[in-house]
Amino acid sequence: MIEARALTKTFRDKKRGEIFAAHDITFRVEPGQIYGLLGANGAGKTTTLRMLATLLKPSAGGATVAGHDVVAAPEKVRAHVGFLAASTALYGRLTAREMIAYFGALNDLPPAEVRSRTQRLADELDMHEFLDRRCDKFSTGMKQKTSIARTLIHDPAVMIFDEPTLGLDVMTARAIVRFVRDCRARGKTVIYSTHVMSEVEKICDVIGIIHGGRLVAEGTLARLQERFAERDMEEIFVKAVGGEAALAAAANT
Amino acid sequence: MLNWTHITTVYLKELRDSLRDRRTLISMIVIPTLVMPGIMFGVGAVMAKVMQQARSETTSVVIVGGADSPDLVRAMKADERFRVVEGAGDFKTLISDKKVRVAVEFPAGFEAALKSGETKTVMIYHYQGEMKSGFGASDVERFLRDYRERTVENRLKERGLPPALTKPFETKRQNVAPPEKVGGNIVGGFIPYLIVVLCFTGAMYPAIDLTAGEKERGTMETLLCSPVHRLNIVLGKFFMVVTASLATVLLSLLSMGLTVMAGGSLLGAGQGVAAATAAGAKAAEPAFIPLIDPLGIFGVFAMIAPVAVLFAAVLLAVSLFAKSYKEAQSYVSPLVIVIIMPAVIGMLPGIELNAKTAFVPILNLSLVCKEMLSGVWSWSYIAIIFGSTCVYAGAALAVTVRMFNREDVIFRA
Repeated sequence: MIEARALTKTFRDKKRGEIFAAHDITFRVEPGQIYGLLGANGAGKTTTLRMLATLLKPSAGGATVAGHDVVAAPEKVRAHVGFLAASTALYGRLTAREMIAYFGALNDLPPAEVRSRTQRLADELDMHEFLDRRCDKFSTGMKQKTSIARTLIHDPAVMIFDEPTLGLDVMTARAIVRFVRDCRARGKTVIYSTHVMSEVEKICDVIGIIHGGRLVAEGTLARLQERFAERDMEEIFVKAVGGEAALAAAANT
Repeated sequence: MLNWTHITTVYLKELRDSLRDRRTLISMIVIPTLVMPGIMFGVGAVMAKVMQQARSETTSVVIVGGADSPDLVRAMKADERFRVVEGAGDFKTLISDKKVRVAVEFPAGFEAALKSGETKTVMIYHYQGEMKSGFGASDVERFLRDYRERTVENRLKERGLPPALTKPFETKRQNVAPPEKVGGNIVGGFIPYLIVVLCFTGAMYPAIDLTAGEKERGTMETLLCSPVHRLNIVLGKFFMVVTASLATVLLSLLSMGLTVMAGGSLLGAGQGVAAATAAGAKAAEPAFIPLIDPLGIFGVFAMIAPVAVLFAAVLLAVSLFAKSYKEAQSYVSPLVIVIIMPAVIGMLPGIELNAKTAFVPILNLSLVCKEMLSGVWSWSYIAIIFGSTCVYAGAALAVTVRMFNREDVIFRA
């Protein structure tokens, strides 16, 4: 389970002074549920997810992830979280097997356990062909599969995806979406950030619209449609953030 | 918090990763084992050869105004050290153009003046700074000195006086320094300098690769997602950088040692010949190869360890701040000059180890190594140096750990 309580993150900028990258963000994600965080670039998605993954410390507020507090026990939180982002790359000079084994060891799994889990993940993700090749020679698809295996090796209860389909071709992106659904089916708590409207419509149980660091709307797709009196997700999004003018203003800061 | 299993895991992975990185391999293994000794002994051998050749070659000399001094000219032509060249008019141009090495000018009526007891001056023209011309001038001087001594002897004989009249006493130099002391002073200045530079360059690439390199490639965030405490990640990386630094020093010393042992007899013999030639007609002192105290080498290693720690920590902290490999390189390159300065100062004569210099990092290492290699063990200074360097290293490591915990450094955009 994920519970964010008034999560706030401020940065100090020389020119603009104090900036709220995330402001008072509160939401809850239950096991077996996919929560979609929808927002434009710079809306605060990555900052929020990094706070949940304990990569950043909240300036105010807090969060409980998989039963542990992100500020008090960040190591325990990370032990139960799989974090996959466009910015989490692979070690190019390691093979896929070594990469997975490294993160298995960092998660305190005994070597025998790492071996059997690697075998199982390679079966599921169809990785055997390139398991012993170096990651820097991989195609995007192979890289994504290896990254997925890396996030799953310790079988985390919570999965955090930060724009995982960014820059991927259609086939690989579809594979990722399938995998995210798979996580839900296994009862994991999933949070998924994106700026692609169609992805949200397709996979998310609950959608949170984030703008200017604030969570401006939240609900199931049906409830959001009802509230904004629109069918199309893009129209809902534009209305939720306060119109096109607001979006344009945010993009220029 | 401190978890040695995690530290070892990170360390072993970084070691494996670095051993697959061409840049680190080149700086850690190829340069120290092949290139460094190659350069040192290549340059050394070429220099020794050039010097030897310059000394053994006959000196081409122009004689100016020797028409009325036939005996002297004949003696000079007969001397196998000289090859007399015609060209009295523009001898200065000939020397400048390196066509001849030196010119000797006998004043008019020189031999006649010698007989009458009148003192005249013989001019030797040479080209200052040109090695061969310098050797030639010394040869001519030596020839004329011998000629003068013979003249004095003849004059004494003519007057029935003993030859010892003009030589009331003799002087002789005797070296009392044991060979290892001489070696320590000669080599001891150079080895610490080399070690400091190698220790730094060996740590440089892994330090950049493990921090700024990881940020640039996007693996830093992946690593930070793991439940490992950041202190353990820093320490794992830090031990890898120290390993690279010490491996570089060890490998280069080893390969240089082997090169010396293999080529030592050859070079040693060459130096011996050179020394004998330099001593000239006088009885040559027994030529010795500089020795260094073998225990001193162990001492140097013990002292280099905290310096490697200091370098590793400083390099990690500096390159952690950078966003990319290139940015890190531009921060680290000026540091090379900062560390070379004290190492060079340590090589200067007259800079001694004392209560003040013992606290200056790198300089103190340079000075104490010089002492240890010549067999001098000032234990109180050694303790101060080891202790102070450990304190500096610890402080630098603490800074690195702090940096690693700073979000604005790790996620610097």
